[in-house]
Amino acid sequence: MSRPAASPSSTLRRQPAKKRVVLMVATRKGAWLFHGDTRRRSWTVDGPHFLGHSVSHLVLDPRDGRTLLAAARTGHLGPTIFRSTDLGRTWKEARQPPAFGPAANGLAGRAVDHTFWLTPGHASERDTWYAGTSPQGLFRSEDGGVSWMPLPSVNDDPSFRQWMGTAQDGTPDGPKLHSLIVDPRDPAHLYFGMSGGGVHESRDAGRSWTTLIRGMEVVEGFDASDVSFHDPHCLRLCTTNPDRLYQQNHCGVYRIDRSADPAADAWQRIGRKMPKRVGDIGFPMVVHPRDPDTAWVFPMDGTTVWPRTSPDGRPAAYVTRNAGRTWQRQDQGLPASQAWWTLKRQAMTVDDLANPALYLGTTSGELWIGRDEGARWSNLARHLPEIYAVEVASLA
Amino acid sequence: MKILMPGALRSYTGSAEVEAEGDTLAAMFADLDRRYPGLRFRVVDEQGQLRPNMRLFVNGAGVRDLAHPLRPDDFVAVVLALSGG
Repeated sequence: MSRPAASPSSTLRRQPAKKRVVLMVATRKGAWLFHGDTRRRSWTVDGPHFLGHSVSHLVLDPRDGRTLLAAARTGHLGPTIFRSTDLGRTWKEARQPPAFGPAANGLAGRAVDHTFWLTPGHASERDTWYAGTSPQGLFRSEDGGVSWMPLPSVNDDPSFRQWMGTAQDGTPDGPKLHSLIVDPRDPAHLYFGMSGGGVHESRDAGRSWTTLIRGMEVVEGFDASDVSFHDPHCLRLCTTNPDRLYQQNHCGVYRIDRSADPAADAWQRIGRKMPKRVGDIGFPMVVHPRDPDTAWVFPMDGTTVWPRTSPDGRPAAYVTRNAGRTWQRQDQGLPASQAWWTLKRQAMTVDDLANPALYLGTTSGELWIGRDEGARWSNLARHLPEIYAVEVASLA
Repeated sequence: MKILMPGALRSYTGSAEVEAEGDTLAAMFADLDRRYPGLRFRVVDEQGQLRPNMRLFVNGAGVRDLAHPLRPDDFVAVVLALSGG
């Protein structure tokens, strides 16, 4: 079996018991696991899994450290979820993958094209998972991903359906429900984003929802009070300050700090402090595992016809260390010219080790690590298929 | 009836040619799902529609309507439509 090129392996030195990381790389043609040593110097490649399947997301359950869920489909076959309880050694298909119910409330019936996003439930709710689909739908599993039930409060609600629009109103490969977030303090407090269709939160485990779009901008000339026009690309919550979220939007980079009066909370466009020649358009949003003032974006060219490539062919991350008041460019080790990268919204992440490293995957199949919180970048793998998602987890 | 399965579905059936019962294509897929759990949803969506890029032939004639009647001696081919990259 041919393997993608990995970084040169060095001899694994004996280390005291420290955490090691595993990268979960989901691509248009299958999935790979990259197991790193405790220093993140030597990597072992495990894959391909599901060769030929489009894998939108591959996620490890942090509650047990061994259950993986993969959202997959092929060019012909319908969508499904594969589940492993032994870190990818064996896989079993979900008994009941996410599927919409029959037509309800006078609305047209819909069919899931693909599951796009997977989020493990709250630490106290073992075996609960959430899934977002294309076209936009929200699903929950309470048995570890074996069977999935639709949430009618979103999927069959006339207002939500109006905000979602039709399949023709979404991104080129389908409208997405994404960025499912569970508040670490409260399993009933949920967030998600829709491209398009705004940001929404529930404080009763998904029975009811309120919109959270105040302060978010829309394309010039459109009505910002209409939820339909809002296109959040990626939302992230700061785990050490769960009242703070960051957002990469179609129209800029934002931060929100939740208050005692949630209805009055507003997003602040912190991307206005980015260099004008770079702009604040992009897809991924990454937050530091411990410092809520630190976050990263990876800008894309959002001018003219929206090339969605690195501005000027010079890829770079930008980091803020003060919650968006200032930004610094991080491109050491990245190509200096003629690199027309595109990163999808799930394709950049950060680990939670003492000195965190960033990871990113490109649609041209390159996997990179940004050591020292993005200060020094180096390549981990080339020649993978189009990368859809990169997740990282720490293992004991 | 006998059914010819494409390679993409043989992880479910284990073989290229299988047998199932049913007086319509929809009933045939319901029986196939009982024999090979999960197969139907990969071919037929939750609204009862044949998925895009899937084709069905009954005795060599192309059919998309899953209400199409079947006889026990019919031969059904499930085919992946040609599609790029």
